[in-house]
Amino acid sequence: MTAIRFLEPRAELLARRDAIRAGLADLVAADCLVTDERELVPFETDAFTAYRRVPLAVVLPQTTEQVAAVMKYCSDNGVPIVPRGAGTSLAGGAIPQEDAVVIGVSKMAHILEVDYENRTARVQAGVTNLRISDEVSADGFFYAPDPSSQLACTIGGNIGMNSGGAHCLKYGVTTNNLLGVTMVLHDGTVIELGGKALDAEGYDLLGLVCGSEGQLGIVTEATVRLIAKPEGARPVLFGFDSSEVAGACVADIIGAGIIPVAIEFMDKPAIDICEAFAQAGYPMDVAALLIVEVEGSDDEMDAMLAKIIEIARRHNVKRVKESQSALEAATIWKGRKSAFGATGRVADYICMDGTVPLGQLSHVLRETSVIVEKYGLRVANVFHAGDGNMHPLILYNVNDPVEAEKAEAAGMEILKLCVDAGGCLTGEHGVGIEKRDLMLHQFTETDLNQQMRVRAAFDPGWLLNPSKVFPLDLEMRKAG
Amino acid sequence: MTTMETIMPASEDEAADIIRDAASAGTTLEIAGGGTKRGIGQPLAADRVLSTAALSGITEYNPGELVLTARAGTPVADIAAALDENNQMLAFEPGDWRGLFGANGVPTIGAIAAANIAGPRRITVGAARDALIGARFVNGAGEVIRNGGKVMKNVTGLDLVKLMAGSWGTLGLLTEVSFKLLPRPQTETTLVLRGLSDGEGANLMAAALGTSAEVSGAAHLPEGVAARTGLDGGAATLLRLEGFAESVDARLQRLRDTLTGAPDMETLDVSASRDLWSGLRDVAPFAGGTRPLWKISVAPMAGHDVAALILRETAGEAFYDWQGGLVWLQLDDETDAAAEAVRAAVAKCGGGHATLIRAGDEIRRSVPVFQPQAPAVAALAERVRASLDPRGVFNPGRMVWNDGRKAA
Repeated sequence: MTAIRFLEPRAELLARRDAIRAGLADLVAADCLVTDERELVPFETDAFTAYRRVPLAVVLPQTTEQVAAVMKYCSDNGVPIVPRGAGTSLAGGAIPQEDAVVIGVSKMAHILEVDYENRTARVQAGVTNLRISDEVSADGFFYAPDPSSQLACTIGGNIGMNSGGAHCLKYGVTTNNLLGVTMVLHDGTVIELGGKALDAEGYDLLGLVCGSEGQLGIVTEATVRLIAKPEGARPVLFGFDSSEVAGACVADIIGAGIIPVAIEFMDKPAIDICEAFAQAGYPMDVAALLIVEVEGSDDEMDAMLAKIIEIARRHNVKRVKESQSALEAATIWKGRKSAFGATGRVADYICMDGTVPLGQLSHVLRETSVIVEKYGLRVANVFHAGDGNMHPLILYNVNDPVEAEKAEAAGMEILKLCVDAGGCLTGEHGVGIEKRDLMLHQFTETDLNQQMRVRAAFDPGWLLNPSKVFPLDLEMRKAG
Repeated sequence: MTTMETIMPASEDEAADIIRDAASAGTTLEIAGGGTKRGIGQPLAADRVLSTAALSGITEYNPGELVLTARAGTPVADIAAALDENNQMLAFEPGDWRGLFGANGVPTIGAIAAANIAGPRRITVGAARDALIGARFVNGAGEVIRNGGKVMKNVTGLDLVKLMAGSWGTLGLLTEVSFKLLPRPQTETTLVLRGLSDGEGANLMAAALGTSAEVSGAAHLPEGVAARTGLDGGAATLLRLEGFAESVDARLQRLRDTLTGAPDMETLDVSASRDLWSGLRDVAPFAGGTRPLWKISVAPMAGHDVAALILRETAGEAFYDWQGGLVWLQLDDETDAAAEAVRAAVAKCGGGHATLIRAGDEIRRSVPVFQPQAPAVAALAERVRASLDPRGVFNPGRMVWNDGRKAA
């Protein structure tokens, strides 16, 4: 496989391994420190499993103060730090390196406050995404960003990657739903950004931190926005004879002034895989499927659906299937949200994440097939069509090194295609190590140097998640 | 303002040359669009004014993609007109603050971004920073930087776009901005409830936002402000609903049912509702005059307490937007902004921030206009500023109070 490089572990740190571990042991309880070689294995990679590195140690602090103490120690000793939420990054954002200490937030998993009048929740960074909505659901509220991994992924990780999900067409992504954080800087300084007010004073450092992939500090607590749940929600399936027509239908729905909560797209291979797994009742005789979700009272949903169905008819929609019950609705979403997992049952895959302008959806879908076929591989497309965020899953056999290399090469070509179509490398998964070396395809070196100078204002010694986001051979990096 | 030389570059390259020259000569530049918000911030003395007025025009707008890109000096009115034609809008409702300052200039889209303006719909769709998906700017070294893009979802690299939003021209010269758009709602109505106290108004707005009615504007106007807004008959608590007609009707009914026990309710038709909210967006109740005006951002339920604490110390008048989380507070005494009382009240009520949007030069020289920050955050913000404008070319000292010393 074309190897993605990591920074060379510093020999002097590896030589001091025992001393560093001992230093960490002074800062946290024994059950918060992992140094046993076998116990370190689960931390050697994340959901980008093709790469792995065993870290020097893993610390799982229980308080902000402990995070601060550990970061100060690492900073004083020049030890790289790799922040970790639940390790669900598809971009390798949480993959460690041999001379690094992983700081995981999984033991900081308390919901600290729920405030319905101000519609906020204050949570520790290790709280999982779905738990917030579960906590407030009975009282009629929810937390909007809903990445597919929401059962496992943490708010800390969501903030690191500025995670999205299926429903951000209406409700926005993490950065639009985050009001404040407690954050530890590289030297152990604890700062507060934002709070319960709708915006923060001074420069929007909160907006900068959100999506910074663990390079600016470690978030230990967050204040997030809660939203009142809609009266009802109803996903409807629309089946089409071709992907192009489905794509054109999406553009027309948006163009007609209708913003559904979600518009999800699946092509035939994705439908087959998800239906086999979830028995969601997806139509099998169509080439492309849209899941369109509307919200409101029954009358409101009926009225909006009538408008959408009318548009779909103009595109010769072949099947329209409304969910008739909450159970059916849940099954429809189960099929969609398990797409990645279900795909994993039939083949190994890598998941791309480029975003393109809506007008380019059909073109990019077509070119994606051409690229994947050129490499003799298969692709399944399942993605958030309403905001142009594509997720081609390139299927391959991980045990076949030649095929693995082809899959990675095809993926890189697809991402370049997205950028060339006026889009970007990553809509919600992050750059991590996976897309790091493509950054110069989207940005100039001047652009990246500016980003790195801002980064250095937070972490002058480049200790935080240092192998990620920025290509390793840029001059500006060497300065750090 | 003293008269200074104003330079109006006709291209981004020309702007970059000017900035590069200024940086190497050690001179400073005041950045301006239409100049309608020049009076906001610590008074600053720059060597020359760098205006975006000649960097104008919509560069890309395809309605089907819900994205618009324009050069920074494009008048907001031009953009609104183009969007109107396609039944679209900048959902965050950029306000026109000319009335507050008696300004005659033309508000530009770059300034909307640089000031991170947000109107009443802040509570559902966010501020300019939430809609701003991409930008081009020239940094303090005269380099052209591109960040973000023209697509709705993008997490590629550090989000410098957010940093530029609300930086008041102290980090770079925005040359081009891309905004995410929304369809304009087909219709709207406003439910008006009369005679509530500020605290009761806050409770009612919180209850309304806790329903599934999708309230897209929640404001409370005490009696005096309500009267000046054309709503005679006591204090007015306002709840706006927008969307397709049948949906608005259904949600209005739901809202009325939820708020049983609330006092007299009336509804405004679509044109009265639009006029009302655009007036609040533009802070029309406090237009004209030169009395000190504070914009206070706190937790929604804290707004009325903050105002009450301040108005116990000094005379003035307030109204509330953003479910109570945005307090517009005008003080009667033209010579005293009561900055300490304002900041103490904010701190006492759970924190947030207060910005002195309008006051005479002398007052603004004597108090921090922007909320002072904790030392560690202030130091970090200064390092961030220096990473974009190391020589301090842009708007020197506009956002940071240095206790009357000469700006760095």
